[in-house]
Amino acid sequence: MSDNQTPAHVERSRDTATKRAGLWVWLPLALFVGFFVLVMFGLLRPADREVASAFIGKPLPAFDLRPAVPERAGLKTAEMATGKPKLLNVFASWCIPCAAESPQLAALAQQGVEIDGVAIRDRQEDVQRFLGQYGNPFARIGADDVSAVQLAIGSSGVPETFVIDGKGVIRHQHIGDIRAEDIPMILQKLREAGG
Amino acid sequence: MIRLFAFLLLLIAAPVAAQDLLPPAPYAYTQLADPALEAKAQALMETLRCLKCQSQSIADSDAPMAGDMRNQVRERIAKGEQPEAIRQWLIERYGDYVTYTPQVRPLTAPLFAAPVVFLLVAGLLLRRRFRKTKAKA
Repeated sequence: MSDNQTPAHVERSRDTATKRAGLWVWLPLALFVGFFVLVMFGLLRPADREVASAFIGKPLPAFDLRPAVPERAGLKTAEMATGKPKLLNVFASWCIPCAAESPQLAALAQQGVEIDGVAIRDRQEDVQRFLGQYGNPFARIGADDVSAVQLAIGSSGVPETFVIDGKGVIRHQHIGDIRAEDIPMILQKLREAGG
Repeated sequence: MIRLFAFLLLLIAAPVAAQDLLPPAPYAYTQLADPALEAKAQALMETLRCLKCQSQSIADSDAPMAGDMRNQVRERIAKGEQPEAIRQWLIERYGDYVTYTPQVRPLTAPLFAAPVVFLLVAGLLLRRRFRKTKAKA
């Protein structure tokens, strides 16, 4: 009896041992597949290189910029909270997408949207030439010679457009040029900021 | 003759570049007079990301915006602000992405906790092993 039992017991333990080993054998492959999927996901997903402002929902920081051109007033934080939502456009005469978005800004201004501009690192004669060439949709233009206001509102490039509500709080940031198809979205954000 | 003329034309040709014509900000390429303050500013600038050229620090980058950020950092340091306060000021505006020094957040906390956890596990394993050998002996 005992002679028969022992081999059966050994057999069973050997069985479980091979079963356990069988599972472990797959582990490196599973790890590799997981790693491969992760790498492909990172490779195929287009990298997001835009740095969104973390200052949305916060009031505009205090600034007082001198006028960039004599034809328009400069830009002060106190003058931004007029009770009516408006756009704050960060632009520069040396920025090519800023020229590309000028028809859209003109269209928005024509619809009664107030647009204030911040000219980044720009000379007066260059801003004047730019406005002469592409039109001037701005109510006020402040000159930001050392990107101080740009840094203070968390903007990382030109052009960027911020929706400011009536109390002077930043409500939305649009990174890059405003295209024709973006206009309804911008108008919607202005309505939301007005409510 | 034509070649010489073309060469002379090249000399006066200004490249059309999407680049501003303003001189750099006062402290973009100028160090602070006080070496101790400059060292403080330099250490901070080396750990802040340039937002235009995203794999460089603002200390490394020649982008105009990086120059303006260096100007901002040096001016604030000169006024007596602490480097960490300036870092937090930038994080408030650009998020953690702007700094190269890792911040402890719910998402990154496991990374900071992992070494402690590994040490604890290793300690427990070693204790068990040593106890067993003692028991056998």
